[in-house]
This record gives sequence, C-alpha cells and structure tokens, in this order.
Amino acid sequence: MTSRGWFRNGALALGLVFLYVPILSMMVFSFNHSRLVTVWDAANSPTLKWYGELFASEQLLGAAWLSVRIAAMAATGAVVLGTLAGLVLARFGAFRGRALLSGLATAPLVMPEVITGLSLLLLFVALEQLTGWPEGRGVLTITIAHVTFALAYVTVVVQSRLAGFDDSLEEAALDLGARPATVFLRITLPLILPAVASGWLLAFTLSWDDVVISQFVAGPGASTLPMVVFSKVRLGVSPDVNALATLVVLAVATGVLGATAWSRRRERRLAREQRAARGGGR
Amino acid sequence: MADLPLDSAPTLPAAGGAREYVRIENVTKRFGDVTAVDDVSLSVMKGEIFCLLGGSGCGKTTLLRMLAGFETPTSGRILIDGQDMAGTPPYERPVNMMFQSYALFPHMTVEKNVAFGLEQERLARPEIERRVGEMLEIVRLGEFARRKPHQLSGGQRQRVALARALVKRPKLLLLDEPLGALDRKLREHTQFELLGLQQQLGVTFIVVTHDQEEAMTLATRIGVMDRGGIVQVGRPSEVYEFPQSRFVADFIGSVNLFEGRLVEDEPDHVRIRCAELAHLVHVDHGISSAPDATVWVAIRPEKIELSRERPAGDQNIERGVVRDVAYLGDASVYLVQLDGGRSVRVRLPNVERHASDRVARDEAVWIRWHPSSPVVLTQ
Repeated sequence: MTSRGWFRNGALALGLVFLYVPILSMMVFSFNHSRLVTVWDAANSPTLKWYGELFASEQLLGAAWLSVRIAAMAATGAVVLGTLAGLVLARFGAFRGRALLSGLATAPLVMPEVITGLSLLLLFVALEQLTGWPEGRGVLTITIAHVTFALAYVTVVVQSRLAGFDDSLEEAALDLGARPATVFLRITLPLILPAVASGWLLAFTLSWDDVVISQFVAGPGASTLPMVVFSKVRLGVSPDVNALATLVVLAVATGVLGATAWSRRRERRLAREQRAARGGGR
Repeated sequence: MADLPLDSAPTLPAAGGAREYVRIENVTKRFGDVTAVDDVSLSVMKGEIFCLLGGSGCGKTTLLRMLAGFETPTSGRILIDGQDMAGTPPYERPVNMMFQSYALFPHMTVEKNVAFGLEQERLARPEIERRVGEMLEIVRLGEFARRKPHQLSGGQRQRVALARALVKRPKLLLLDEPLGALDRKLREHTQFELLGLQQQLGVTFIVVTHDQEEAMTLATRIGVMDRGGIVQVGRPSEVYEFPQSRFVADFIGSVNLFEGRLVEDEPDHVRIRCAELAHLVHVDHGISSAPDATVWVAIRPEKIELSRERPAGDQNIERGVVRDVAYLGDASVYLVQLDGGRSVRVRLPNVERHASDRVARDEAVWIRWHPSSPVVLTQ
C-alpha cells in the first residue's frame, strides 16, 4: 500500500472515531447496571434495566410522543410554505420585493436561535394581549416557531431543485391546454417531489432536535423530548437517558439510511429521464 | 404541394384558394435594451409550411414564442384565424408547439404524454384512448405506448413530441428546430415524414430553424430573419435564386460576391466592372439601380464552369489557378485563385468515377459563367 493509501485510511479512521466514539460509548453505557454513568458494573452488566425504566417513565414517553407530533406538524407546515416560497423565488422572475422575500425566507438559517426564540416569544405575548390568540404558550406556539425556522431550509432545498429544472416542461404543459394550477400539480410537483420529501425530513429532524427556540415559546405542560432530557441531565445524568438516546440514534440511523437509499434511487431515475427528455441522452 | 403566393405582402386574396391564417402586424419585442424582434409583419396561409430561417439571436424563436403565447409583444398585434391573440394565455390558444428539447414529461409514459393535452379538454376516457391510439399509430409508436421517454431513441422521442402536439388537432403547429437533435440520416427520413403528416392532417406549420437545408426541403415559403427583422420572404427557389440582399445570398447556400460599378445600363442587359475581375461582368437582364452606384455581383459556385482551355468569348471569363480541391463525394469544390488575387469557389458534380480526368490542385484553369447566372444586388 502506498503512503497516500495509509494517510487516507488513517484520516478515515480518525474521522470515524471522532464522530462515533461518543455515541458508541453512550450506547454501551445504556446497558450498564450501575446508576453511576461513569462506572462500569462488570458483574451485572450488560442489562436492559434502564430500558425497562425508560418504558415505565410516563414523562419521557409523553415528551417523546409530543415531540413526534410537533415535528410532524411543523415539517408539514414548513414543506407547504417552503415549497411555495421556493417556487415563487425560482419561477416568478424579478418581481418587486423579491430580494426582501429571499432574504427573509432564509434569514433563520443565519439568525442565532436565541434571537429567533426571543422574538417569537415577544410576538406571541404581544399577539395574545392584542387579540387573545394564541391562548398561552404550548404545542401550538412551539409548532409555529418550528415552522418558522424549518421553512428556511425547505425553501432553499426546493429552490435549488427548481433551478436545475427544465422550464420548457412547464411551458409544454401550458401549451397543451393545462392551467397553471394543473401544471403545478401534474408536472412541477411530481418532478420536485424528492426535494420536497427531503425538505420534510430535514424539517422533521430540525424540529425534533430543537431545544433553544422551544424553551422560549413552550408553556407549562408542553415540554418536548429534548427539553425534558435537558432538564433531567441538569440534575445529573441518569442512565435511562442513555437508553433513550440509544433508541433515538437507532431510529434516526434507520430513517436516514432508508431515505437516502430511496431518494438516491429516485434521483438517479429522474436525472436519467430528464436527460432523455431533453433529447441529449443518445 | 399547393401553389402559394410568392408575394411578400400576401394580405391580398391569394391565388389557388389559400386563405390567410396567421397575421403578424408590426410586432416588436424588447427585453430591456435589447430588441429581439423589430417591427415584423408577416402573413402565413392556411395549410402552409412557413419556415423562419436565421442565425442564432436573430429573433426567430422569440417570434415563435409570441405566437405560442409565452412572450407578449411589446407592440404590434398577432392574429390567428382573424382573432387578436393579445391577452390570450398559451392554454387557450388554438396553437400547439413542438419544443426544440421536445419537453416530454419524464415521469409519464408515451401514452400519458400524448393523452395529457386531451385530458385538459375534459374529453371522455374512451375518446381520449381512441385518439391517443390513433395518433400513436400515425407516428408508428403503437408498441412503445407504455415506455418512458428515457427508454426511447432520439427519433422516437421526436415523434412522441409531434404526436403529443398533433393529437390536440391544432390548426397551427409551431415547431422549434424540429430536426435539430437528430443525426443526419434520421433527419432526411423524418423530414419527409413530417411533410407527409402535414399534408395528411392539413395543419399549418410554422417552423423555426437555423438550418437552410431543413428550411429548403420543408418549407412552402421561407422568411429569412436577421437582427430581429424579416429580410426576405419567398419560396425556397426564389430565396435561393433571387436573393434581394448580400445577407440572404450569403446566408442561404454559398456564394461568390464581387463589388463593382455599372458601366453599361440597358433595359435588357448590364455590364459591370469589378476591381477583382479582369473582364467586365455581362448580365443578360436589366436591373433597377441609380447609374454609377456600387453594386454587388453574386454568383453561386455551381453556376460557374471550369476548363483547362480558354472558352470562346471575352466576357464572364476569368483565368486562375486551382489552389485547393474539396472532394465531397457527389461533387467537388474548387478554390480558384484569379489573376487579380481573389479566390472563387466553383462547384462541379463528380460525373465520372475516375479522378484522373479531373482538374487537380495547382493547375491553371479558366472559369466562365452564363450571363443569366449572376445576381446583381444593390444592398
């Protein structure tokens, strides 16, 4: 093997260690019998004790379920709004206020989360005082807040997909008598579906993951999973959090692998079809 | 092929029963500071195949897109079948377009692609299926109905695009470089297919192309475009044999141009002195030009004769040396350098099979042309 080969393999190994050792150690310790997270109780381990406790904990399970619901709602909302914003930015040419819309739609990408969270909280409070809606803070306000920042990511994904899209397909549909709404539903949407789907997954993950913004806009009785974990850990790390984290990592890994495989297959097929439709694929 | 009017102002009732179908009145299109189409007026007859021919950026595609409704004229009117198209969106025009890229929907089968337009008309399912089936038979794609576009060859895709546009039974079909993406053999074949279909269905075609050969074989009339304007309209033979400007003479086919001055101007003939030619050019028809004006003599390479001995007579004869010979198979093009230094292209069919008799490089030769061959241009 050449020295370059050694270097490459060494770099790969270092990278993997750097990324995955923390996660792996957490997974290993989730099977530890001892209550002390740093002491491996060799006599009684491995054990599923903390998984048992986890599934007995109403608080953690309830928070997890709430987080899933919020993430799903926020992702759906963000996908609808983000797709529309991406479409407008990519298709409607240079209209008045385009730069403003583009800047605002993508602002949450660079805005510190603390600022986003604080400004949303102020907005919700002011709104409640003025109109009585939204009533207090809770699931609704968390979802709206998550839509706000996830929207930015979806917009970017959809917009870049549309930029590589052959305009003449839409023109051909118009020419064949389809009204603009039909063109969108039957031509544009099916072709940008991979981007929309990955936007949804991205939004879901971002929402599932978020602590800072949620802290600001959550109310009593509406604590998402990351918030609960965060508060538990502050009182000392308890091993059932390890167990929970292990399950989450496994679920996410499965989801990501599945989504990657699906979108890569679809992407490849669409690219082939588009190339072919352009007439250059001889 | 119907005999269509040669007139470039065919708003007059035409001979042979042809009726005006498309009328473009003083249409101008500007994109910012750029004028893409500049005050174009044009009439296209029903059942005609009209070719807009021009180089890239001459405005031909913009004109086509205005007919389809994708662009709005900055000024001027477009009438289709007597109806002003201003404010009519693409999906309500009695026009269909075949895109240069074909623009087949990649996620739909051939069948679905062709059915798409009919579904928009809200026709009954059985009716749609019947018409799609018929159309696929016409373009000989019946067995490919369930394939996706990427599973087809270039020629097949071109036919799907055509079927998809024609199944709507448009009165007017716009074609943007319809044969551009096909290789040479397939082009020739498809050209004749297109002509056959057009006659079978009686559709009016407006074709945009940069390829003069494509325009020549397809068109009943050609409109040559340059820098946003139409510079000449006429039948293919007219545009080729009677170009009205140096641009048209040079753009369509190949031509030898000589600048000169009229020295004898009679109603039945003229003589022109060209600085680059040793003898006077004698033309056996009169021209309308101011006396002593600068004119250009245009002679097509295939209208010049080449010989080793000096031909009889003393006009339309020049002496030179063959500098290069390009063998094209059916013909050869000789580059003859005249005594004055100017090079002239001469094209001769390769009648005999053996090369031994042909004039070779570096041979001294005489060239000659008939007094009816030169075209005298004033612009």
